Amino acid sequence: MTTVTLAGTPVEVDDEGFLQKPEQWTREMGEEMARSAGIEKLTERHWQVIDFMRKTYLDTGAAPSMRALGKTSGVAIKELYELFPKGPAKLAAKIGGIPKPRGCV
Amino acid sequence: MGGGTGGTLIANKLRRRYGAETEIEITVVDRDDRHVYQPDLLFVPFGLVESDSIYRPRSKQLRSGIEFRLGKVERVESEKNTVHLVGGETLPYDVLVVASGAELLPEETEGLTGPGWGATAFTYYSVEGAAALNKAMEGFEGGRLVVNIVEMPIKCPIAPLEFCFLSDWWLQKRGLRKKTEIVLATPLDGAFTKPVASRILGELLEKKKILVEAEFAAGRVDGDARKLHSWDEREIDYDLLVSIPLHGGSPFVESSDGLGDELGFIVVDPNTLQAKVAPNVFAIGDATNVPTSKAGAVAHFQAETLSENVQHFLAGEELEKSFDGHANCFIETGFSKALLLDFNYDVEPLPGKFPFPGVGPMSLLRESRLDHLGKLAFRWLYWHLLLPGRRIPLISAQLKMAGKDTSLLSSTEEGVTG
Repeated sequence: MTTVTLAGTPVEVDDEGFLQKPEQWTREMGEEMARSAGIEKLTERHWQVIDFMRKTYLDTGAAPSMRALGKTSGVAIKELYELFPKGPAKLAAKIGGIPKPRGCV
Repeated sequence: MGGGTGGTLIANKLRRRYGAETEIEITVVDRDDRHVYQPDLLFVPFGLVESDSIYRPRSKQLRSGIEFRLGKVERVESEKNTVHLVGGETLPYDVLVVASGAELLPEETEGLTGPGWGATAFTYYSVEGAAALNKAMEGFEGGRLVVNIVEMPIKCPIAPLEFCFLSDWWLQKRGLRKKTEIVLATPLDGAFTKPVASRILGELLEKKKILVEAEFAAGRVDGDARKLHSWDEREIDYDLLVSIPLHGGSPFVESSDGLGDELGFIVVDPNTLQAKVAPNVFAIGDATNVPTSKAGAVAHFQAETLSENVQHFLAGEELEKSFDGHANCFIETGFSKALLLDFNYDVEPLPGKFPFPGVGPMSLLRESRLDHLGKLAFRWLYWHLLLPGRRIPLISAQLKMAGKDTSLLSSTEEGVTG
């Protein structure tokens, strides 16, 4: 567990940069993390996914899996990969300030 | 509902608890009368067991005093305590235990069941699939063997690794190993879901020269060109594709209001196994959404908690929060060796000795011949001790820390991965 400064505020993150306390998150931090992940600007479609991830995590205590995201976020898997290259579920979780989704077990 | 490992166990345990001479009636419903010993599916492709020797009638595994009904469930109407069967028949209940398992959904991956399915692309997660793969393996002359987990969750998450290990052994035995590349394409970022086991199993894969394509989210199969494509546009060529397809809950779950999650698994309290939808509904085994492995050993440990909780519920008592996510699995590694994993919701698999600390005789997370014999012996235990609902000596339902080496945990983990 390390502390880094995001959008001018110190926050606790894990080894891979996932926020450990979702309540410390702000949208500005999300934008900053998106930029360092190579996403220049977060569009409305990005935010639809990020907000959905965050809400699901805060409501249920678990981030949705990739398939659940494709089924229920209103954004299909193909587009998810266009929005968040490489790993949509992981990247959207990171930008949304929630812990790394467990790959289940 | 369901006469597999979980359903049979819970029915038999409850029948034992209440005795035959009570007013408690127990009915098990299933759409067929074939109970498969699923751990043996792994051995079928390699000709180590015959596919028609790994199942027995479901009805014969149930104690006397349990009714077995053949029927396909259409939906559960939990407000009316009623199960609707296809064809219009209804079954009212006081307590419902959903033990309907997980279904394979190969058709949900584009192209997987298209050209080449059953010829160059297979799954061994069904009896017929495993038998067909055995035929294909017998005719295999080398090339690229690709084992792909489409997405988690799957039944027995270490089985694909075992398949790779056994393929390595089998190909060596046939003199084909040098002509074959074995690739494990997995959506996980390593060999397994938990750090210490992932590292140790990763090293074992490397030692056996099995290539791992990590974080590979399979999106599409082109059976004509024999290519597996990921969503992020990577592609893997194959000569033989062994797919572990998407899993979901039983189809009736979607038609039953409030019962399941978006993948069709029953939403339950992870410690009591009571369903969220209603207090008199419970679930066990692969059918649940609990964050531990979908495996028979888990259903076995859950059955302890669940049989007590059904009894508590009927007596109007408080439920016990005693299920801890305990899983215990043998991993077959080839050349008559295996290793053993023991973990739960909070404690990841660690090296050590089992069940007696320091003594064993089983080794945890380390290859041994005895672990392999343990895996084989389990086949007998399953039909004769486990399913009838008898206690398996020396193995407790809750995880024990004694005998486990915690020195490999990083300081921040403290054994907790949850």
